[in-house]
Amino acid sequence: MTDPRPPEYALLQDGTRATVLLHGEWIGQSGQTPHHAEAVLPDPAGDLRSIGFDTGGLGRWDSGLIAFLWQLRRRASERHIEFDASGLPEPSRRLLSLLDDAPPEPLPARRRSALLARLGAASIASLTGTGELSSLLGSLTLRAAAASLGRAKMRIGDLFDNLYDAGPAALLIVTVVNVLVGAILAFVGVVQLRRLAADSFVANLVGLALVREMVPVMTAIIMAGRTGGAYAARIATMQGNEEIDALAATGIPVGDYIVLPAVLSLTAMMPVLYLYGCVVGILGGFVVAISMLDLTPLAYLQQTRASLPASEFAFGFAKSLAFGLMIAVTSCRIGMKAGRSAADVGSAATSAVVVGIVGTIALDAVFAVMANAIAY
Amino acid sequence: MRSHTDAVADADIPGDAQASKVEAPDAAGDVILQVQGLGLAFGPRVIQRDLDFSVRRGSIFAVMGGSGCGKSTVLKSIVGLLRPAAGRVLVGGEDYWRGDEARREAIGRRFGVLFQNGALWSSLSVAENVALPLRMFTRLDNAAIDSLVRLKLALVGMEHAAALSPSELSGGMRKRAGLARALALDPEILFFDEPSAGLDPVTSRRLDDLILQLRDGFGQTIVLVSHELPSLFSIADDGVFLDATTRTAIAHGAPATLRDTSTNPQVQAFMHRERVGQEGA
Repeated sequence: MTDPRPPEYALLQDGTRATVLLHGEWIGQSGQTPHHAEAVLPDPAGDLRSIGFDTGGLGRWDSGLIAFLWQLRRRASERHIEFDASGLPEPSRRLLSLLDDAPPEPLPARRRSALLARLGAASIASLTGTGELSSLLGSLTLRAAAASLGRAKMRIGDLFDNLYDAGPAALLIVTVVNVLVGAILAFVGVVQLRRLAADSFVANLVGLALVREMVPVMTAIIMAGRTGGAYAARIATMQGNEEIDALAATGIPVGDYIVLPAVLSLTAMMPVLYLYGCVVGILGGFVVAISMLDLTPLAYLQQTRASLPASEFAFGFAKSLAFGLMIAVTSCRIGMKAGRSAADVGSAATSAVVVGIVGTIALDAVFAVMANAIAY
Repeated sequence: MRSHTDAVADADIPGDAQASKVEAPDAAGDVILQVQGLGLAFGPRVIQRDLDFSVRRGSIFAVMGGSGCGKSTVLKSIVGLLRPAAGRVLVGGEDYWRGDEARREAIGRRFGVLFQNGALWSSLSVAENVALPLRMFTRLDNAAIDSLVRLKLALVGMEHAAALSPSELSGGMRKRAGLARALALDPEILFFDEPSAGLDPVTSRRLDDLILQLRDGFGQTIVLVSHELPSLFSIADDGVFLDATTRTAIAHGAPATLRDTSTNPQVQAFMHRERVGQEGA
């Protein structure tokens, strides 16, 4: 391959007419083509009235040449200099004929508004969001009642798929996390309580902490990340594919078809996972405690049982029910409100996870305050 | 890329390496793309088999056939998205699927693809969509990229929409923006998947005209997949007709020629919008 000749031009003026000599290879991607056509025309134009072209030395060319010629023509028309394209190769004239000299009025792009306006919009949006969330919750209650009477348009198969996904499919991660949390609590408890010669109270610490706080919160966080994020992403993708529009246009209530099975299954499965999490968590603590303490397994288990009245389980159970409902409803709503692009699916999943986790902790705090108030 | 040879002393112009490879002593003449014995399958399901056709440089080649006959799949295997089960795809005489990934990428850079719905990257503005290939594959500075991007957008009549995001575009604008992106690297071969699908007849006609003008301007080769008859008749000058039942090509030639001369009942039915098996015209 011969070394390509660089693109070059020269202006030869003869009275009122000038000829632009084009020479070399005008390949845009070479980075050598000039893109400042101002330099070509003398400034001021003087008595120059028209420009023509001589392409005798022109080699291969592509859009690099067209971009240059287009700019030159714009510049020439601004200065009322005639642009005589007849000396140019025929194909390049065709391309130039597709191009306008006057740049069209650009369509306005979405602009970022001022800080105060954004703050106001965000406040209104959050109030609207709260309103919509409560109306969604209300309509879901009604639809759930209708479903229990067999009058909703929910498909039972969907419900079972969702139940499986929110329950058995999550068992492994729920097991791992809760066993480890139980074991960690036992470690901490053994080290501290041994100093007070209160070894056997490790069972109380592990049992109470797990059943009342750790298992409901940890399980809810797991499910917010795993299932809540998935709900939001799934519904947002359906939004992008116009599947939601298709449901609405067909007259299938979107709530019944998509939201109801998701909310029902997560709300139903969360307490089950909670109970399961309590069992495996206590088991994790048990293994660590009896391996580190002079305590018989039986004594540890008895101590655990004595420290955990059924009311503690009821408290945790109620909390996980609330967490499940909250995560499912907010995730679905975030999915329904998502935009239609690929990036919107990602941000819907992210905000569903964030809202789920923060909401879980906040709700847990509310429960703690309420329990304190009634001395539960 | 166009070799501008008319009115210029040929000896003066250094030969292009790629071009000379194609124009080498090939018996078929100026063939840029050749498909030999191509077979496509998804697992055990055969889509097409024993496809043979060649695309001449500078022609507009149509891959025709009814819905579901595997037209788009054929296109995918040519542009490197789907490995064929059998056969070869020769680009400028080089076996596309034989090369390693780097080689395939180099060949792929000579392609421009317009996907059915434009397939614009939704997180980028229209101008950024066109600029991205230039940023990835060239060492041009921003001013040079801007000037090329503006040119490509203006060529397809989208200069005014440069700052918009893809979600704000209509279907026709999305196609034109996709076309501008396909043109970004001045490809030798442009591939169109159903260019006029989903467009009204007037917009579709305008897109056809645009495709023709761009071809005449840049001298590109165009391979298009379509079942839109008006568009096929007006722009394609060569083509292959795929059949869904026999799963192979049943006719070769320009759509208008096939319409007038083909004796194959499937082709006739397609070209005249008849039900298969119906008698008369």
